[in-house]
Formats: sequence, structure tokens, C-alpha cells
Amino acid sequence: MENLLSIITFLPLVAAAILALFLRGDDGAARRNAKWLALLATSATFLISLFLLTGFDPADTGFQFVEEYDWILGLQYKMGVDGISVLFVLLTTFLMPVTIAACWDVEVRVKEYMIAFLVLETLMLGVFCALDLVLFYLFFEAGLIPMFLIIGIWGGKERIYAAFKFFLYTFLGSVLMLVAMIAMYLDAGTTDITQLLRHNFASETLNIAGFQVLGGLQTLLFVAFFASFAVKMPMWPVHTWLPDAHVQAPTAGSVVLAAILLKMGGYGFLRFSLPMFPVASDMLAPLVFWLSAIAIVYTSLVALAQNDMKKLIAYSSVAHMGYVTMGIFAANRQGVEGAIFQMLSHGFISGALFLCVGVIYDRLHTREIDAYGGLVNRMPAYALVFMFFTMANVGLPGTSGFIGEFLTLAGIFQVNTWVAAVATSGVILSAAYALWLYRRVVFGELIKESLRSITDMSAREKAIFAPLIAMTLLLGIYPSLVTDITGPSVENLVTGYQAALPAVTAAQIALQ
Amino acid sequence: MISDFQIVLPEVILAVCAMAALMFGVTTGKDKTASLLLWITCGLFVLMAAWIGAGGDGVRSAFGGMFIDDPFARFAKVTILLSAAAVLAMGRDYMQRRDLLRFEYPVLVALAVVGMMLMVSAGDLMTLYMGLELQSLALYVIAALRRDSVKSTEAGLKYFMLGALSSGMLLYGASLVYGFAGTTLFSGILSTLSGEVPLGLLFGLVFVLSGLAFKISAAPFHMWTPDVYEGAPTPVTAFLATAPKVAAMALFGRVVHDAFGAIPGDWGQVVAALAVVSMFLGAVAAIGQRDIKRLMAYSSISHMGFALLGLAAGTAGGVQAMLIYMAIYVTMNIGTFAFILSMEKDGRPVTSIDSLNMYSRREPLRALAMLVLMFSLAGVPPTVGFFGKLYVLKAAVDGGMAWLAVLGVVASVIGAFYYLRIVFYMYFGKDGDRLDGPMPAVQWVLLVGSAAVMLIGIVNLFGIEATAAVAAQTLVR
Repeated sequence: MENLLSIITFLPLVAAAILALFLRGDDGAARRNAKWLALLATSATFLISLFLLTGFDPADTGFQFVEEYDWILGLQYKMGVDGISVLFVLLTTFLMPVTIAACWDVEVRVKEYMIAFLVLETLMLGVFCALDLVLFYLFFEAGLIPMFLIIGIWGGKERIYAAFKFFLYTFLGSVLMLVAMIAMYLDAGTTDITQLLRHNFASETLNIAGFQVLGGLQTLLFVAFFASFAVKMPMWPVHTWLPDAHVQAPTAGSVVLAAILLKMGGYGFLRFSLPMFPVASDMLAPLVFWLSAIAIVYTSLVALAQNDMKKLIAYSSVAHMGYVTMGIFAANRQGVEGAIFQMLSHGFISGALFLCVGVIYDRLHTREIDAYGGLVNRMPAYALVFMFFTMANVGLPGTSGFIGEFLTLAGIFQVNTWVAAVATSGVILSAAYALWLYRRVVFGELIKESLRSITDMSAREKAIFAPLIAMTLLLGIYPSLVTDITGPSVENLVTGYQAALPAVTAAQIALQ
Repeated sequence: MISDFQIVLPEVILAVCAMAALMFGVTTGKDKTASLLLWITCGLFVLMAAWIGAGGDGVRSAFGGMFIDDPFARFAKVTILLSAAAVLAMGRDYMQRRDLLRFEYPVLVALAVVGMMLMVSAGDLMTLYMGLELQSLALYVIAALRRDSVKSTEAGLKYFMLGALSSGMLLYGASLVYGFAGTTLFSGILSTLSGEVPLGLLFGLVFVLSGLAFKISAAPFHMWTPDVYEGAPTPVTAFLATAPKVAAMALFGRVVHDAFGAIPGDWGQVVAALAVVSMFLGAVAAIGQRDIKRLMAYSSISHMGFALLGLAAGTAGGVQAMLIYMAIYVTMNIGTFAFILSMEKDGRPVTSIDSLNMYSRREPLRALAMLVLMFSLAGVPPTVGFFGKLYVLKAAVDGGMAWLAVLGVVASVIGAFYYLRIVFYMYFGKDGDRLDGPMPAVQWVLLVGSAAVMLIGIVNLFGIEATAAVAAQTLVR
């Protein structure tokens, strides 16, 4: 099991290559084969990734399952996971079979669709496993291409606009990151992430064109990385690509986007910004707090005004990601663990919510909230599932959503009470828009003619939701499953972060 | 003397073969033999490439240092020969169906290749000029190969006029250099460059560089490129975009390092300026283009800017990056032009990118290959094109020109837009005009092959990294 991470990462790619090279024709049989092969490959990837869990030693705060080979350009192919990234790998491998199962009814260019998702899985896993800057960038950036195609080819009416907006927003952000990476290589002389984590980037005040840059190089690097991760996350005010992308993407695309792709931003903050640029992080944390607080309140209010279900959930995603950024930059154990927890839980819940929308969209082909109402009369099972995830989204105790929100709020409360106070109001607002959505869609009299013959969920649809419900409940009732694994690594991160601060401050005082 | 001829044997053989082919073509049934000649030329190129490629690491020089055979020259020659062979092979069908396959075509290409091989081996301003002119004259003629087309003849004439102008500048510069250095030998010039460098020599240097910049179509000496690319028959355009660019870029590296290696600061800034202007002009001006051949012209200008970025660093790493970049660039362009050659409707070539509407629905594999090539040209990971850019950016950073690297990154983002648009038409466009051209096996193999190279190459770049390193070491001492 020496190359476990590589096997997990590239197994989907191999399946994609097999599909591309050996599957001919576009008849029903070919489509069915493509779907089954994709499902098989993603399930196999998930099963293999369970070995990560059994072989992982939570007490070890370093990187595990490390693989290292020389590569071109003096670079290294280096992979490894620690307590922070391992769960994201599992989240990805867990959600991909669900995603594939969710697009079982797609009939347009099925083979290509499956290939796109398989390639995307490889790239997403690569992001969470890469331990070399360039390798990380490679996976991070390449993930744009399949998602661009998924939105652009299989998306809704305005798909082209959404695809371009998605691509250009994220591409612009990540190019700034590339420049920062070049600067980091210049400063540290290596692209190895483990070494960079130990490297102290200069934080003396720089004078650039007459401007005093407090925090010096660290601030500049932080800002460049921030540009990329904040767009990916997405944070207010650079979130505007997300509603468009979500609305236009096909259901499975939305699920992957919300459940996994957004987490890359948060993971980036945890892997790069916080440990590598502690001084800049500390200095700019208040800015991040307020941006997050605004995101939580503002996008929740915007969500209230939506009439498109997917858009509403997209805005709620932005709000929930606000908790994540807030928790990360609170930089204490509750905050950071809460952020990781919130990301994982949001992966299950938002994915499930988009699937819920997908279920009725498949039947009625509209996402307008006004087109529905009284679904409970015809679709009791659906009403139950939707209710469950609405409650989880609101953060009902007993679901994983509660733990994430509570921990992040507890974390931020210790650092900045005002931000905590503002952010807490988001909890109420999220209850407002989520329950209102639920009431308008599910409750009431079934008066609309088009809904009279709507059918309840099929066995396949129920089977898709079952694992998501199980995970949401499991994490909600027994959160130690996550925190036991993340704990030591987060502890290590937080102590390293706190240790970096006074040392630098003391040095600055000594200089003056 | 005999050993001198042994060193230039590949060039001699090629030149003799070209002339023999000319005689053969004239005496026999003229154009009927053209196809045969073309295949023979291709085969010869490949054989030569294999022969030269097996040349090892030795450095040999002939005719008192006027001709140098070193790993650097061999790297460039192999790239030139292979790309010329590929372009000849893939254009045959196109030329034949349009009645353009005259027997002069392979002969002229062979002569141009001889010129290019001379260029990259030049150790003297005279050899440089001879090689350059041999190459250029052959290219002027094939650019105007479609005699009855106004555009093609206009392209040839324009190319000739501006080419003559640049040759004039180059010659003027060479004479200034000779006047102040007292020698035309590169090694001789290098040895005079100690202490205060005379101003006249610097003037000469700038003129020589301008002449060379014209040949690689670096901005602001690029004006001819879009018109010539558009007007020339597509196989000729494909040829112009590949082998001559490698030769001229290698010659550029040769001149600045072999002759002026002692004053990197003086030419470094000129090259850096050329690089920046080219990268941005290529990226911005291509946005408005609707004609895929013109678009490729601007794309090549931008790519030349990136290759110059490596040279501007003035280090062995920079030369290595430039060589790798050129090899990647050539591979991408061969694939792309193989695709462009197959673009036709009702037997007429189409070059408008609108005609690619929903191409992916009809030809998924070709569209996918083109998609990979476009992303590679744009430098988006995980394609080899990204690594080409990364090499030159790293070289620039290592050479202390981080600002150049930043500008390069910005330019590549702007440039990504128009490559993306081609993908956009192929995948998301509306159903419209249908391209109905057949795709001969050669083109298909080259298109799919080069796309595959762009993906598989990220494993280890097929080992050219080490070869290029050796080549760069011999040039930068």
C-alpha cells in the first residue's frame, strides 16, 4: 500500500481513459455501460480510500502515506495527507458515487459526461493530496476545465455565460496565486509544501512605491493566495459567479461544485494562508471576519428574496462558507475544527439539497418556487427527506450542521464578540429562508394542475439520499468521528500559528 | 579539409539531394512525380534527424570555426527536420486536391531546411547570413505557391519585401559589428568584448537583433506575420509556423551567447523588451481575430515572446527553457495545423472559426484532441504547454527578472481567452455550417498524436529536459 494516495487519485482517471478509448457508440447499451463503469470506478475508489482511514494515525501530526518521486524541472511528485486533508479526500471519494448515481437519467452525451466527472474526481483528489506547490497548482487549476465543460455542455439556458464567468473568475484568482508561488519559490528556494510550512516568510514592513506594506512579503503573498481562495470559497463580494454557475449547472454538477469544489478554498486557507503567513493572517483576520459576517447576513437576506430554488441554496452556501472562513481565521482550536467540520457537513447537506431540487426538477423541469406547493400530498417520502436536509441546513441539533455552526461561533466568540453576535443572527436568517422555502414547496394545498400527477421518489433516488442522511446524522450525533482525526493536526496548526506571532512581534519591538 | 566536409555532411547530402530532385523533376513528367518526391524528402528528413540525433555530445567545428556542430545545433536540427517532415506529410493531400502539389514544393522545402540547418550551426556572421538567405528565399517562393491567388501572391510579395528589409538591417548591423570587432567570427567577436564596449558595436548588435526578431516575428517586427499566414496555402503556413521559427530562435540564442555572451546585460534588456511586447501584442491582437490562420499568427507571436523570455534570462537554464519551449511549441502547432488543414466545406478550405460550431458533436475525438491542444497553447495545466511556460518563467525568475515572469503570467491569462473561444465554438456553439472535409490518416495521426503528447508528456517530457540541458550547457559557458 505504498502508493495508496496515487492509486486513489488516479483510479478515476484510468476509468475515464478506458471509457474514452474503448467505449464505442451512443446507443442505450453504451450509455448504460458508461454509467455503470463510472459508478464502479468511483465506488472502488471510495472503498480503497477507506484504507486511508484504517491506516491513518491521528496522533501523528505530520504527513502520512507520503510518496515522493523526482519529476521534471527539479520538481517533485509529492503526495501525502495529514489530519486536515485526509477527511476531504474521503469526502470526495464518498460523494462521487452518489453524484454519478444522481445523473443516471442524463441521456445527452453520457460517455463524455462520465469522463468529465471521473477526470474531475482525480483532479479534486489531487488538490487535497498534493504536497508540492506546482503539483497543487496543477490540480487546482486543471479542475476548471472539466467543470467548465460540465456547465457549458450539460447546463441550462444561460450556461455559456455561467461557464465563462466561472472560468474567468477562478482563473484570474489562481493566476495571482501562481505569481505568489513564484515569489515563494524565490524566497524559500523550494516548492515542497512540508518545507515551506517550516519556512519563515519575511514579515518586516516593506516600502513599495511610497506605500508602507505592514507584514511585508507575508501580506503580499497572503493577498495573492486570498484572491484565489476567496473566489473559490466563495466569499462576499466575489461570490457572484456561484449563483450563476449553480443555477446553470446540471444537478450533478451543482452537487460537486457545492460539496467539494468550494472546499478547496477553505482547504487552501488551512494549508497555506494560516500556517505559512501567520503574521499577515493575524493582521488581516478582522477584515476576513467582517467579510464573513457580511456574507452570512447579506447573502442570507438575498436568499430570502430568491424565487429560484437553486439560487436560494447557492446563496445559502455562500452564507455557510462565511462560517468556515470565520472559524479558520479565529485560529483557535474550536474555530478551525469547526470550520473543517462545517465544510464536511456542508458537503453532505448542500449536496443533498441540490439533489432534492434535482428530484423535482427532473419531474417538472422548472426551478421556480412558485411552480410548486403542496408536494407533501403526492410525495411523502420526498417531503421527509427534504425536511431532514432543510433542518440540517438550518443547523438543528442532532444534525452535522449544528456542530459546525456551533464550533465556529464558539471559536469566533473568543476572538471577536461583535462579529460573533452579527454572525449568530445568520442562524435565525437561515432558518427563515430555509423553512420558508420548504413551506412554499412542500406544504399547502396541492392546487397546481401540473403537480396532480407528480410521482414520489423512485428507489434509486431514495438510495442516493440514504448514505447522505446516514452521514449527516452520524456526524451530528457523534462528532468525535471527525474531531478525533483532525484534533492533533489542528492543535499543531494552532500552536504553530500562535507561536509564530509573539516571536515576530517581539522581534519587531526589539528592532524599534 | 576532408574532415570539414565530414562535419557538414548532412547539409551537403540534403543540398545535393535537393538539386538532384530538381533535375529529376525537370527531366521527367514534372508534377506527376511531386508526390513521390515529397515522400522521399520526408523520409530523408527523418533519416537525417535520426543520424544527427545520434551525434552524441561532442563539439566539432569546421572551416575555421565558421560552422559549429554541437549538441545545441543538433537539438535544433532534429526539431527542425522532424517538424518539416511532419508538415510536408500532412500537407500532401491538401496540396494535391488543390492542384498545388508541384515538384518544386518538396525541393524548396528541402532547400529551406538546409538553410535552417546552416543557421543553427553558424559560427560566423557570413554563415549566418548565407543560411538565413537560403532559408528565406525558399520560403518567399513557397508562400506565393498559389500563383493564381491574389492573396497568396500578395503574401509572398509582402514577405519578400519586408524580409529583404530585415536582411538589410541585419547586414548593416553585421557590417558595424565587423567594423568595430575586426572579425566576423563569433568566437572572435566574443574575445574583443572585454572592458569598454564600443558604441558602434552595440549599434551593430541592435541591428542584428532587429533583423533576427523579424525572422522569429517578434513584435514590433511582426507586421508581416498575420498577412503571410493568411495568404499562404495552409500547408505552407504550417511550415512557416514551425521549422523556421525554431531555426531563427536557435540562431538568436547562438548569436547572443556565442558572439555577445560577454555582455548579457546589453542584449538582455533588448530581448526582454521584445519578449514583453510580443507576449502582450500576441495576446491582445488575437482577441479580435475570426480567421483561425490569422489567430495562429498572433498566437505564434505571443509564443515567440515566451521563448524570448527564456533567452532574456541570459543563463544556461534560460537557453534550456527556450529549447524545450520551442520543441513543445512546434509539437502543438503541428497538431493544430493538422486540424486546420482538414477544415473545409464543399471542397473549399474554411478558416473562419465560426465554422467550428458544435464540431464536437460530429467528431468527438478530433474535437477533444483540439481541445487539449488549445488548452496546451493557452498554457493551462495539466498540459505540457503549461510546463513550457513554467520553464521559461522559472528561468526568468532564476535570472533575476521576476517582473518579466509576472508580466508573462498576465499575458498568458489574456491569451487564454481566444484559445478558449475556439473550444467554445466546438463545444457550446449553435448548430450551423457543417465542415465536411475528409481527414487523411496522416493528419489524423498527427493531430491525435500531438494531443496525446501534450497529456502524456507531463510525466517526464519524454526526456528532452536532459538533452536540452546538455545543449544549453554547450552554448552558455
